[in-house]
Amino acid sequence: MSKLQNVFFPLLAVVAAFIVGAIVIAAVGDDPLFVYGLFFSSVFGTIDGLSYTLFYATPLIFTGLAVALAFHCGLLNIGAEGQLQVAAFVCAWIGFTFNLPGLLLVPMCMLGAVLAGAIWAGIPGLLKARFGSHEVINTIMMNFIAAGITSYLTQYFYREPGDPILQTKHIYEQAHIARIAKLLSPLGVDLPQRLPLNLSLLIALAAAGGTYFFLWHTRWGYDLRAVGANPAAAQYGGVNVARNIVLAMCISGALAGMVAIGEVQGYRYRYYEGFSAGYGFTGIAVALLGRNHPLGIVLAALLFGALQRAGLFIDIFTDRVSKDLTVILQATIILFVGCEELFRQLKRRWAKPA
Amino acid sequence: MSSYAVELKHISKSFGAVKANSDVSLSIADASIHAVIGENGAGKSTIMNILYGFYLPDEGEIWIRGKKAHIRNTHDAIALGLGMVHQHFCLAGTLTVTENIILGSEPGSSFLLNYTAAKNRIQELSLQYGLQIDPDATIDNLSVGQQQRVEILKALYRGAQILILDEPTAVLTPQETEEFFKILRSLKAQGKTIVIITHKLAEVLSISDRVTVMRAGKVVGEVETAKTSAEELARMMVGRDVLLKVDRKAHRYSGPSQQVIRVSNLSLAKGFKPHALKNISFEIAAGEIFGIAGVEGNGQTELIEVIAGLTKPTKGQIFLNDIDITNYSPREIKALKIGHIPEDRHRRGLLLDSNLLENSILGLQYTQVTGGTVFDYKKIERHTKTLIEGFDVRPPEPSLQVRGLSGGNQQKLIIAREFSIGPQFLIAAQPTRGVDIGAIEFIYKKLLELKESGAAILLVSAELDEVLSLSDRVGVIYDGQIVAIVDPDTVSQQELGLMMTGSTSSKEQKSVVT
Repeated sequence: MSKLQNVFFPLLAVVAAFIVGAIVIAAVGDDPLFVYGLFFSSVFGTIDGLSYTLFYATPLIFTGLAVALAFHCGLLNIGAEGQLQVAAFVCAWIGFTFNLPGLLLVPMCMLGAVLAGAIWAGIPGLLKARFGSHEVINTIMMNFIAAGITSYLTQYFYREPGDPILQTKHIYEQAHIARIAKLLSPLGVDLPQRLPLNLSLLIALAAAGGTYFFLWHTRWGYDLRAVGANPAAAQYGGVNVARNIVLAMCISGALAGMVAIGEVQGYRYRYYEGFSAGYGFTGIAVALLGRNHPLGIVLAALLFGALQRAGLFIDIFTDRVSKDLTVILQATIILFVGCEELFRQLKRRWAKPA
Repeated sequence: MSSYAVELKHISKSFGAVKANSDVSLSIADASIHAVIGENGAGKSTIMNILYGFYLPDEGEIWIRGKKAHIRNTHDAIALGLGMVHQHFCLAGTLTVTENIILGSEPGSSFLLNYTAAKNRIQELSLQYGLQIDPDATIDNLSVGQQQRVEILKALYRGAQILILDEPTAVLTPQETEEFFKILRSLKAQGKTIVIITHKLAEVLSISDRVTVMRAGKVVGEVETAKTSAEELARMMVGRDVLLKVDRKAHRYSGPSQQVIRVSNLSLAKGFKPHALKNISFEIAAGEIFGIAGVEGNGQTELIEVIAGLTKPTKGQIFLNDIDITNYSPREIKALKIGHIPEDRHRRGLLLDSNLLENSILGLQYTQVTGGTVFDYKKIERHTKTLIEGFDVRPPEPSLQVRGLSGGNQQKLIIAREFSIGPQFLIAAQPTRGVDIGAIEFIYKKLLELKESGAAILLVSAELDEVLSLSDRVGVIYDGQIVAIVDPDTVSQQELGLMMTGSTSSKEQKSVVT
């Protein structure tokens, strides 16, 4: 029953949002059927469409997982954005600083990203565990610090001479990770090599599986969730509450940091200021829609990735609707997910015999 | 007709699929004290909340003083002369008695407050009913018993003729309860009607004129108090014979009686209380139940938390079999087979939104029950089922959310869990709080069996009867100190009541001198 509800309510929210979207489209004078048809064909119609959807979904899987994991420990990590920025910078820095063989450099970059994210999230975790200062405030502040530090370092120390864009130099080629197209070509699947979809998608799916296993099949995950469910009872049950708060934040930050792998090592091959289209914040919405469950998060991330992909086409091929429609859809989905309690109450009222 | 203050006729009320009240009819005579008793979930609170306008009934009628009443909300109820005092008081601690009472019905013009008039009126009421409350006193400076009288004053001030009291004696000492009953009798003598919801049978017998017994949402009987007995009432409540008295003497541990736990000079400073606990010392032997009696808030909570390793003491030591465990973590303490039934099961004992499975391993997750760091769910489920079967937890479904269980079943799950470690020492704090009579009987039996098997048990309870009937020795706690250790068989309730309020610490010293 409750499992069914976990699927039913988010689905209802999505359907309701698309209905609202249709009304908006009609109100500005376009044809909802045409626009949604465009949406569908731009995502599912071509290999390009699917590939880009998956590509856009990848960072959202990471950040969604990051938010959800912290949430299971009763923490709201609003700082995934800062964590992934710092991670991306560190990842790039390792990538363009050490000229080492790929077998060494690739994992070094990855590890750097993960550690940077973990530390950046661990600081507010430590502050919460030690002094009880609220993680929401501290993670938000850490976002600003992250933005400040990364752009300062990029601007003054690591920019290619004469480059007008705020980005670092390129990482060594050995640090690159494979694109999916390249991975698949030996298997006889021929995809255009220009597609940016890369290995990090597989890492994201593995991270989702790993998060699920960790949370529900290990004692560590049990302890962490116990703290989230009831800290006083967790303490009674022998769980070290402070340590789990720090641990949860670190893992959360590490997951957010993994965004860097795809963005730096798999796509841009450098740190580029503003590379993140608010992945850290969208991750909150993804976790919410995905009900903080790894499988739900993957599905929600795919939906948000599809929205991002379709936005471009809607912008180009419609007369009046702009890609802001996707923002409207995202926002309404979240609003409807938030309305869940209302749905439940209405259902209770309907269910009552007259 | 008009000799009834309240008549409830065929009231039914459902919450979703749960029928909280079905066809409840109840007549309460004018100027009488009427008790409504029943186990948790019997529907007694629901029916009173319907009367007071918190809930609307699905069916049925309410008649007040012979007239059909339409109570849609509490305002209607108050206008009809109803007043309700809840188990948990609704008072603002930093305000005075007068300010609290007039809150929400401030006298005077819409702009200016006529404080003096209100104060005089409260003074008058206080005198009239013998409540002895100073209208200018600040709530925080009043005892719990006095605060309760303020609640009653509040209802009277708003013109209540019919008072509904929900578990009013739960927070009172025996002396305060006596005082409180005097007030109730005085209210009755002056024409007020009193409905009292309770589960304490002794009090029902001493104060009420008539008793209505409810079970599973229905009225199962109404009797005249003078013509009934505790046994009969208990039988009506539970639906079968209930053993009210436990035979402690029948459960004896025959092994060597070595000391299991020793607490020595335990002190705790907490917040702005420098002596939340002060020099507490006692020891408990194998096969012994040591009870702690005291008015709530005199250090019981702190004592439990310190012994369970949840709070570090400022001074003093705790020994288990002569090992100093004073600064052990809760995890280390549990590993030594120390069980702990926490006093507040919702706060400490359970993950309410998790299922029985996950709750059955809380505190046991580091043992082999879970199969190691990577959980073996088959093994855990077997463990959960063993707990469920051994303690008859209902419904017996491991995947159910614990929140949906009744208080008694939640408690049975916790006790089963704590027993499953095979404790050599058990901290049993409020083991039967909010638990049905039927389950209480079961829990008593289990505690005595554990004792018989040689465990040492520290029993902390607000129910004096419970402490006296189960314990082999009783320590009386007052203001963070153990003021006396007494024999439960020889001490009288009166003596105990005096010690619990601190009035014997001086007397005792005197008796030592002479």
